[in-house]
Amino acid sequence: MDIFVQQLINGLVLGSIYALVALGYTMVYGILELINFAHGEVTMIGAMVALAAIGLIMGAAPELPGLVIVLGGVLVAIPACMLLGFSIERLAYRPLRRAPRLAPLITAIGISIVLQNVAMLVWGRQYIAFPPLLPQGRHEILGAHITDLQIFIVLLSVAIMLGLWFTVRKTRLGRAMRATAQSREVAELMGVNVNTVISATFLIGSALAAIAGVMVSAYYGLAHYYMGFMLGLKAFSAAVLGGIGNIAGAMLGGFLLGVVEALGAGYIGDLTGGFLGSHYQDVFAFFVLILVLVFRPSGLLGERVAARA
Amino acid sequence: MTALLTVENVTKRFGGVHALEAVSLTVQAGEIYGLIGPNGAGKTTLFNCMTGLYTVSAGEIRLEGHPLHNRKPHQIVARGFARTFQNIRLFANMTALENVMVGRHVRSGAGVLGAVLRGAGTRAEEAAIRERAQQLMAFVGLGRKGRALASHLAYGDQRRLEIARALATEPRLLALDEPVAGMNPTERRQMGELFQRLRDAGVTLLLIEHDVKLVMGLCDRVAVLDYGRKIAEGGALQVQQDPAVIAAYLGAA
Repeated sequence: MDIFVQQLINGLVLGSIYALVALGYTMVYGILELINFAHGEVTMIGAMVALAAIGLIMGAAPELPGLVIVLGGVLVAIPACMLLGFSIERLAYRPLRRAPRLAPLITAIGISIVLQNVAMLVWGRQYIAFPPLLPQGRHEILGAHITDLQIFIVLLSVAIMLGLWFTVRKTRLGRAMRATAQSREVAELMGVNVNTVISATFLIGSALAAIAGVMVSAYYGLAHYYMGFMLGLKAFSAAVLGGIGNIAGAMLGGFLLGVVEALGAGYIGDLTGGFLGSHYQDVFAFFVLILVLVFRPSGLLGERVAARA
Repeated sequence: MTALLTVENVTKRFGGVHALEAVSLTVQAGEIYGLIGPNGAGKTTLFNCMTGLYTVSAGEIRLEGHPLHNRKPHQIVARGFARTFQNIRLFANMTALENVMVGRHVRSGAGVLGAVLRGAGTRAEEAAIRERAQQLMAFVGLGRKGRALASHLAYGDQRRLEIARALATEPRLLALDEPVAGMNPTERRQMGELFQRLRDAGVTLLLIEHDVKLVMGLCDRVAVLDYGRKIAEGGALQVQQDPAVIAAYLGAA
């Protein structure tokens, strides 16, 4: 029982990070029908930039409280990622707006490789440790442990998702985004500047990615130039699981995937008599992705056919 | 009367096909202007050139002196030119009221930052957008249907909703692409009354129809297109008796 609760907690934490990243995939897909494979790398850049900024702040003002230093790092990473996401759309995707669908998709993969290599050149191949700046408190519930950081990650993610939900449902920008997602042409003919909406989508998605990047590196205590690849694939799976293009779906898919993965990792040893260990954790995300694509290609909450990509 | 919309020698070619050949016409402020012609005459092509979906191959389109040709659709809307669609194109998954609120986009300003920070100004603007949208819904006769999903509205109501959405952009000129297609005579009459009320409210109407009867009863002036050329222009009666028009509709004798 305690392992169940423990893995459930771990899964929710992981899932809330997946959900933040998945939102970036799903919003861009909803509007452009483009799978932005560079999004995972934006997350990685967010973590790297934040760590670099944290290092600088620690050097300059070591007496500051840890939380403030990390916050400083996040506040540098968010605009950096927003600029990156904005530029990617502007320079790589917009010129291909009218090209066949495969062209921007391949471009996205190309951008992702470029970003990985740039990060490797700048920050090196080694793992970068996340300094122990955050409160390390542990609490016990139902026989399982939960840390301050875990609580913080889940609460912040949920708050951000509520804010995003509100923005999309209740604001002028959100309405323009939904209108553009339904028909770019009609939205434009009703006076919506579609390019502004697309840019805003990339800005929001990249800001979420920056926060998720810091969360994931703080959670695992590590950052690495390759970390965006697997995180991106997982988040993409989460978006497909929920129904790509659907914002609530990305949130649900993220949490579900995190929980499935954590429970799978917790029990796979018992289930296979020790033959497979918890390092097979990553298999679950893709197993779920395959199941979804076979049995419900439009995703849990999706209405549209996801087979177009 | 002053010229609101001027179309001058507009030509549109698709490869070797001349969809429009030096078409010129002038819509006066305050009138209901009809554009008719057999299927494939180029009506919708001209419409798409006016609203920025197509670039023109040659010629000029101006609204109150400001060039519209080869501008972005949203810039044209901002100038005061809105349209509806021949095959209804609402935002089906949004409520009727939200559809109209999208039309207010171009007349409001809160950007990304405003949406995130939600200052008092942003909230006031949002309330104003909602209120104006509700007024327009009432104007077209959909006052009680704001909460319904656009796709759940009856066919005739969807056409009205498209008009309300276009009106939300505060157009000087509203272009209606076959607004009564598929309607029964009662609905047609009601739409005709709506058009009169729109004109009384100061909106100039450009009506594309191939239902000649409706156009003749409603329009102050009519232009007839055939094979991408304007073959006649003038008052309804005058155009109806034009031998070139009769030939175009009935086939040359």
